[in-house]
Amino acid sequence: MSVNPKTISSDEPFFGHKACPGCGGALAVRLILKILGERAVAVLPAGCMSAVGFNFPQLCFGCNAAISTFAGTASMLAGIAAGFRAQGITDFKAVGFAGDGGTADIGIQALSGAIDRNDDILYVCYDNEAYMNTGVQKSSLTPYGAATTTTPAGKRLRGNLSEKKNMFEIVAAHGIGYAATASVGYLPDLLKKAEKAASIKGTRYLHVIAPCPSGWGIKTDETLDAAKEMVDCGLWYLAEYEHGAFTLNRDPKAFGSVRDYLKRQKRFAALTDEDIEFITKTRDAKWKFIRENFRRAG
Amino acid sequence: MAKRFLSGNEAFAEGVRLARPQVISAYPITPQTTCVEALASMVESGALEAEYLHVESEHSALSAAIGASMAGARAFTATSSQGLLYMAECLVYASGGLYPIVMMNACRSTALPWNIYCDQRDSLLLADSGWIQAYAASAQEALDLALMSFAIAESPEVATPFMVCLDGFTLTHTYESVEVPESAQADAFLPPYKTENRFDFENPKNLAFSAGPETNYLFKHQEQQGMLNALKAVPQTEARFAQIFGRAYPGLTEGYLLEGAEYVLITLGTVTGIAQKTASDLRAEGFAAGVLRLRYFRPFPSQEIAKALRQVKAAAVIERDVSFGATGAVHQSVCAALQQQGITTRVSCVIAGLGGADISEDDLRGVFADLAAGRHETRFAGIRERRDER
Repeated sequence: MSVNPKTISSDEPFFGHKACPGCGGALAVRLILKILGERAVAVLPAGCMSAVGFNFPQLCFGCNAAISTFAGTASMLAGIAAGFRAQGITDFKAVGFAGDGGTADIGIQALSGAIDRNDDILYVCYDNEAYMNTGVQKSSLTPYGAATTTTPAGKRLRGNLSEKKNMFEIVAAHGIGYAATASVGYLPDLLKKAEKAASIKGTRYLHVIAPCPSGWGIKTDETLDAAKEMVDCGLWYLAEYEHGAFTLNRDPKAFGSVRDYLKRQKRFAALTDEDIEFITKTRDAKWKFIRENFRRAG
Repeated sequence: MAKRFLSGNEAFAEGVRLARPQVISAYPITPQTTCVEALASMVESGALEAEYLHVESEHSALSAAIGASMAGARAFTATSSQGLLYMAECLVYASGGLYPIVMMNACRSTALPWNIYCDQRDSLLLADSGWIQAYAASAQEALDLALMSFAIAESPEVATPFMVCLDGFTLTHTYESVEVPESAQADAFLPPYKTENRFDFENPKNLAFSAGPETNYLFKHQEQQGMLNALKAVPQTEARFAQIFGRAYPGLTEGYLLEGAEYVLITLGTVTGIAQKTASDLRAEGFAAGVLRLRYFRPFPSQEIAKALRQVKAAAVIERDVSFGATGAVHQSVCAALQQQGITTRVSCVIAGLGGADISEDDLRGVFADLAAGRHETRFAGIRERRDER
């Protein structure tokens, strides 16, 4: 039953858009919409995917879709779900695709409200770790040490000094029906989770790491590699939250090199050995917590 | 048709019930609350079948209503003051997308200083947001506007969201005897919402898109046309309403003692009552006073105003608003309408009733006296008197 590259739909629900080459966000949106199928109703707030996909008269979604206000992804989805329900329409898949800023910053209030009401929506955060559409500004999901245009790396400050907000566990703390982390570097895992999320009623949340080559300072053919490497070096993890419990889907015996992951990206160019040591220690503390509190898959 | 003793908010909620909205999204704020509480009770009792969304902010209240409208449902929300300002972004979104949502606004002052009482600085600040704005002056009119607002907003040639403004406390919390129509009458007046401006699974649509410099003005022109079409839709809808319910309304403005009037007060909302009483008393004393009430502020009834003020010697707007550094929103619109039509009647601006301040018959007699004496400067009611006291 599980979707794989051979069985996934050949319909293209998101095409003709002007996303940059190597865009991780566009890939995540396209693949998840393929899984949701033609009953999908997609809502995208102000951000990269709405900027590249909705330029009248070049409208790029094959399914029903709309741009929402920046803060209003989840609330507009809630209204859509209520509007259909009120008309007796039940076979629809309301899905939101918001970036890291649209989710963890300006959209977190509406998302929290939707989870609280258990609105029948799937909320996907495509996380490229900064406001990329407006030219790479820091969001609360920008990692420690990343240079952005609003957290420039210089002699005095070396980029962003706050750590990535823990959206997955914040969402889980609401007691949501299903939440998961994923990465476009592990596509089979992402597809499986999207398929599972699609089959569940109530509010669901997918947090997908989706690199942005221009914002991260990598080549356009390195998107999937960087997304995979982030998981392999332990700076991201693949997990699920369901029935009140966390499950770790991938527990690497040994981590890949944090230094190699960081140093291939221009945004981390200014990091010193001490910075890398700090990031590594933070990773280790996180994994200690995960291994003590998350179940292992299978 | 049953007579009931209802507050403005309760009467409005009865009107909303009769309009059968399919989605209600609401967030509480004084003095709107008793309206959405009444609607929640109706949903609980089964008197109203609607999805009631308990949203976590006013921004989400209107954002959800837009989503519901995109899904093809009739949607309602209500707010006031800071709440209206907090959802401001969604107001232009709803009007730009041509979603005929109805919203009740309990007109209330805006902070700072904090104040929960009536003025119209909240709704007038958003007069340019592309929403039809009507101002009720009685609980009965509030109920009737609840029904008519959906009919006008949803008429395909209008397709514009509709804000019904009830003066906070003065109207929202004041009890009156109100005729509540039967459901069958309301259903005959207002059929279920049908639109093509919605998601469609047979023929999927991309809504709420971007439009660059090449096409943007075409969409804005379309929006302006819809709003202007309401100038006709309002009297047409009122005529149909009168046929079914037996209550007639006078269109976008309501004249009082305008026949032969030399001096006229221009009002918006509940201050009309005391203005009419003052004019009536002055008439008995031989002073040719009249009142022109604006029932609608958007679309702006320029023609009606020009017609009413063409022959008068002078007029004054009783303005529950301040456009700081200028005069007030109503005054500026009235002056623009007259100027456009070549009418030179002098119109002054009296800023009064801010933050729930009482406007008395004495205040209004003073305004008429100023007009007769040729005093036209913009002033805050109460300020000159205090200066005189020193």
